[in-house]
Amino acid sequence: MRYQLIGLNHKSAPLEVREKLAIPESRLPDTCRDLTAYPGIEEGMVISTCNRVEVVTHTTNGSADLRGFLHDHFHLTPEELDAHLYEFREKDAVRHIFRVAASLDSMVVGEAQILGQVKEAYATARAVGAVRGQLDQLFSRAFAVAKRVRTETAVGSSSVSIASVAVELAKKIFGTLQGKNVFIVGAGKMSELAARHLMAHGCASIFVANRTYDRAIGLAQKFNGQAIKFEDLYATCDRADIVITSTGAPHAIFRREHGEQFLARRKNRPMFFIDIAVPRDVSPEMAKLDGIFAYDIDDLQQAVTSHVADRRKEAERAEAIVAGEVERFEARQHTLDVVPTIVSLQDHLETIRQAEIDRVRGRMGQLTPEQEIAVEALTRGIINKVMHTPITTLKTAARESEATTVVDVVRRLFNLQVKAKDVSSAGAEKKDEVGTRH
Amino acid sequence: MSLLWLRFALGCYFIGLIYAFVALSRTSDLFSRIALHAASLGMVFHFVSLVEVFVSGQFVWASVHNGESLLAFISMCFFMIIYAIYQTTSPGVVVFPVVFFLTFVAAVDQQPVLLTAYVQRRGWLIAHIILIFTGYAALVLSFGASLLYLLQERRLKSKQPTSLISFLPALEVIDQIGYRSLLLGFPFMTLGLLTGSVVALTTYGRVDFLDPKILLSVLMWAVYMIMVFTRWNSGWRGRRAAILASFAFVAALAAWAANYFSTIHRFIS
Repeated sequence: MRYQLIGLNHKSAPLEVREKLAIPESRLPDTCRDLTAYPGIEEGMVISTCNRVEVVTHTTNGSADLRGFLHDHFHLTPEELDAHLYEFREKDAVRHIFRVAASLDSMVVGEAQILGQVKEAYATARAVGAVRGQLDQLFSRAFAVAKRVRTETAVGSSSVSIASVAVELAKKIFGTLQGKNVFIVGAGKMSELAARHLMAHGCASIFVANRTYDRAIGLAQKFNGQAIKFEDLYATCDRADIVITSTGAPHAIFRREHGEQFLARRKNRPMFFIDIAVPRDVSPEMAKLDGIFAYDIDDLQQAVTSHVADRRKEAERAEAIVAGEVERFEARQHTLDVVPTIVSLQDHLETIRQAEIDRVRGRMGQLTPEQEIAVEALTRGIINKVMHTPITTLKTAARESEATTVVDVVRRLFNLQVKAKDVSSAGAEKKDEVGTRH
Repeated sequence: MSLLWLRFALGCYFIGLIYAFVALSRTSDLFSRIALHAASLGMVFHFVSLVEVFVSGQFVWASVHNGESLLAFISMCFFMIIYAIYQTTSPGVVVFPVVFFLTFVAAVDQQPVLLTAYVQRRGWLIAHIILIFTGYAALVLSFGASLLYLLQERRLKSKQPTSLISFLPALEVIDQIGYRSLLLGFPFMTLGLLTGSVVALTTYGRVDFLDPKILLSVLMWAVYMIMVFTRWNSGWRGRRAAILASFAFVAALAAWAANYFSTIHRFIS
């Protein structure tokens, strides 16, 4: 288990730092390729959401310079970045991935979106060949754990989410949402969810603007709303009381001068901006205007925190599931680690056996079928009996901390050669065969 | 006896006063209910006090202390109307201290201070006082609402989780309370000043605009009008509205204080 993970999330880094590391979807494949080309890294993938950027790898020696990779890739100095990073290895890395996939590390514990985001990151990395045997096993298990957590606990069932917090905040500004208009800028899943919540609480109508006009039309139709061309955004935005914005723009699209225009046209009636984009769509300068209330993803998290207590109990149960799963995964990984050694040992002894039988045939001439069967049974019986204890010992040792030592001793004693890269594939394929040759 | 009822009322309003201070730092539904009941009881005592003094024929319309008591009562009526409409006690944060202060001043002194004017048109004077006091009460509420608006705006802008559990009503609700008070108070204040002018004209034969009382009253009315206009025309809210409301409030206090300097609207003891 030479898993290694580095990253930052909403707890460890402020939005300003996360913005610098945010990777657009289109650049993710290249980042994965760069990652696997980095020294010491065999497999790697990158999870980049608005709340986290994490680099998950399987390394050649368990100590790749992942910090160096982040510095190089994002052109950031250690001073800018290092204080916000966390790093996990081996078992801790596995636990972290399980927790992330199960939404236990999310801003809103139990929200379902993160699992989809991790799956997308996994698919992207797999498509470019950055994920193979080891990370494949890790993430397959992580998705299974996430499913288990969701079905066996109620951690995801509460209505608490960014969307419902946004509704609460809107009510604190407008009192009732009856008759209020909503504007969605950037047709993302999360904005759709927030809009759905707002409409359920009585909002009157919805406008959708997206750079791809067709997507705006598609989303607007879902809500019986009106699609707006992106270039008309500033001319129409003041019609909305609540604006949900989540574009992938690299800079703020709502600046102070826009806010001033909106307020002038609205006769200073307040506007509520729910800015779930990273980097932010609403500039901090605009958010300072009287009458503009802009909540970014971090602000929403703060508001959510006070609601999280309800989920704590369920989250504790989920944590127990994750802890058990980490142990199981680790045990399985160790077993897999000894499998290639056992296979090599079997191959080695089989080679000796065949060589000895051939030598006997050479000395004694052609054997009768009965003799062939007898020699075969005799030699195989001896090999199996001799192998029984070492294989049992290896399997037992696999579940304990001495596994590496025992494997090394066996390899040296029998002069076995096992290629590191073959470990996982050979292990996975031949696991069922081990100890069953007759 | 009326003074005793007024002091009972003062005791009840005192609970409201404590609520006003506590509510600024923390939220308590129980305390809010207690304050509301105490204020209602206080209003009953207050009403009894006013009726008693009126029925006994001792009610002197031009008495400053009777005026203060009446103004406090009208302000409480406004508070209750707002509670009935919006189900919120938070305007009490401003209303209770003002009402307590007015009732306190009216309740401690047993010798009413009288205005000097010898009034010829008694009916106009009564109309003037009631109209002006209603205008004042509305102004107090509007001023209070603009402060609460600022407070709520700051809370929402601070983005703390407590914003969600704030005792204050929604920003737009506070805004409506302030605006409606403003709209309601303005005609009362205007008519109050007009009736006052009629009283002055009939008493003195002229309206002396250089008299401090009249000057400050006109200034207050002008600020009041600017507030209504800027709100109606440009939708001024928040900080700018609060500054104007504070200015109007200070002008109202100055106009009240001018009773001590005015030649036509002066107190004697």
